[in-house]
Amino acid sequence: MPTSLPAFDALLALLLVWLAGRLLVTRDLFKAVVLFMVFGLMLALAWVRLAAPDVALAEAAIGAGLTGALLLDTVFRLRGEAEPPPPRPSAGLIACAMLAAALGAMLVWSMLALPDDWFGLTREVAAAMPDSGVTNPVTAALLNFRGYDTLLEIAVLLLAVLGVWTLNAEPPPAVPAAGPVLEALLRILLPLLVVAAGYLLWAGAHAPGGAFQGAALLAAGGVLLHLARPFSFGTGWPVRLALTAGFAVFLIVALLLVLVGGGFLAYPPKHAGTWILAIEAAAMLSIALILVALFVGSARHTDRGRADAGAHDPPA
Amino acid sequence: MSEVAVIVAIVVLASVSLGLVRVLRGPSAFDGMLAGQLIGTGAVAIVALLAFALDAPLLLDAALVLALLAAVASVAFVRRGAARDDT
Amino acid sequence: MTLSDWASVALLAAGAFFFVAGTIGLLRLPDVFTRLHALTKADNLGLGLILLGLALQAESWGELARLGLIWALAVFASASACHLVARRALESGAQPWSKRDAD
Repeated sequence: MPTSLPAFDALLALLLVWLAGRLLVTRDLFKAVVLFMVFGLMLALAWVRLAAPDVALAEAAIGAGLTGALLLDTVFRLRGEAEPPPPRPSAGLIACAMLAAALGAMLVWSMLALPDDWFGLTREVAAAMPDSGVTNPVTAALLNFRGYDTLLEIAVLLLAVLGVWTLNAEPPPAVPAAGPVLEALLRILLPLLVVAAGYLLWAGAHAPGGAFQGAALLAAGGVLLHLARPFSFGTGWPVRLALTAGFAVFLIVALLLVLVGGGFLAYPPKHAGTWILAIEAAAMLSIALILVALFVGSARHTDRGRADAGAHDPPA
Repeated sequence: MSEVAVIVAIVVLASVSLGLVRVLRGPSAFDGMLAGQLIGTGAVAIVALLAFALDAPLLLDAALVLALLAAVASVAFVRRGAARDDT
Repeated sequence: MTLSDWASVALLAAGAFFFVAGTIGLLRLPDVFTRLHALTKADNLGLGLILLGLALQAESWGELARLGLIWALAVFASASACHLVARRALESGAQPWSKRDAD
């Protein structure tokens, strides 16, 4: 173990804290967004140092690709500065700050109070790994031991898309046709992103990776495509089918296992790997589409939207 | 060898932090995007170095993902800022 | 320490040097275009040297292939992003620095 690692960790930790403070304070929203993107990537480095490569992969994919694009799009539509802070902090603000400080202190104290040989659940997980169908403990926990957690998380993502779809958004801004450099970027990156996503999906069984990381890559490809050639895919039946496919497959498998296997989401140990891969494949496609839908935004900026605007008083 | 890798990682991290000064002082929005470029390349280098120093070659997949997605934020900046006037 | 170890150390050190040079360019050069140029070229050269240094220490073909792919993608993405940002800056009226401005 190299001896200068603590120096690296210290620099990273200081940078993270400074970034977090600075981006909350800065009044220029664009600068805040850029600092937030940097913060996300530094956080990915922190996950690497905390021996969590799956989370690092996810943070890198989401932070480098989707979050940056989403926030930049938002800040350019807003085009303004944050409100100036009031001259004296209100009592409510002070109370919240004290509560947050107390919570932070409690977290630090609990971390310091952990015994040196604290194992958490690693022993139980390691004991159950041979029956889980995969060799990556993170995938085993996500898809097998705590499968219903992941099932519900996909449902939450679906709800987010429903929320976005109820909003009446502006159409994407008119942009000139993509120049040759952007087209070349698309032509090279999009196929590579698809291949990389497929690789991460397959690798998730035995190495860092998984459905969510693959979905984030696919979604970044979709975002790139939308940035170069804006599109919207409406709310028709094929789209709804594709969006819900991940959750549906997961649920169907879970219910099937009640009949065929040992209970809700209890995979028979011999075929657990196959079941998990099937669920992850469907989930990856759905989550990717969900993330792209979150970026593309409401599908309602059509005549229906204009008719609604005519029927009510437009907001001031 | 791992020692050298970690020291280089520290140097790269430090130069990335210094580059952030340009984001904050930069007279235009483009300087902010320069920071995005800097952090993109820097993060790839740091992850690759850590993959070597921690003897975890699978971390190179994370570096690969970062390299793949490095351009997305710049593309978003260029395409979505295009409809408005920049400073 | 074998010969390849020394070569790796030299390459890693050179890579770090170029990263620092890129940041110095970012901080000290007078306008967006020069900064963009310095940043993209120096940082990518630094990254390439670092990856080459690591490649000499690679222990499998898979690692080697990954490092090569990372480098190719990083160069391609950086160059494209640099071009896009520079063109956008030009379109929105950023003026390139010239010696006349120095006085």
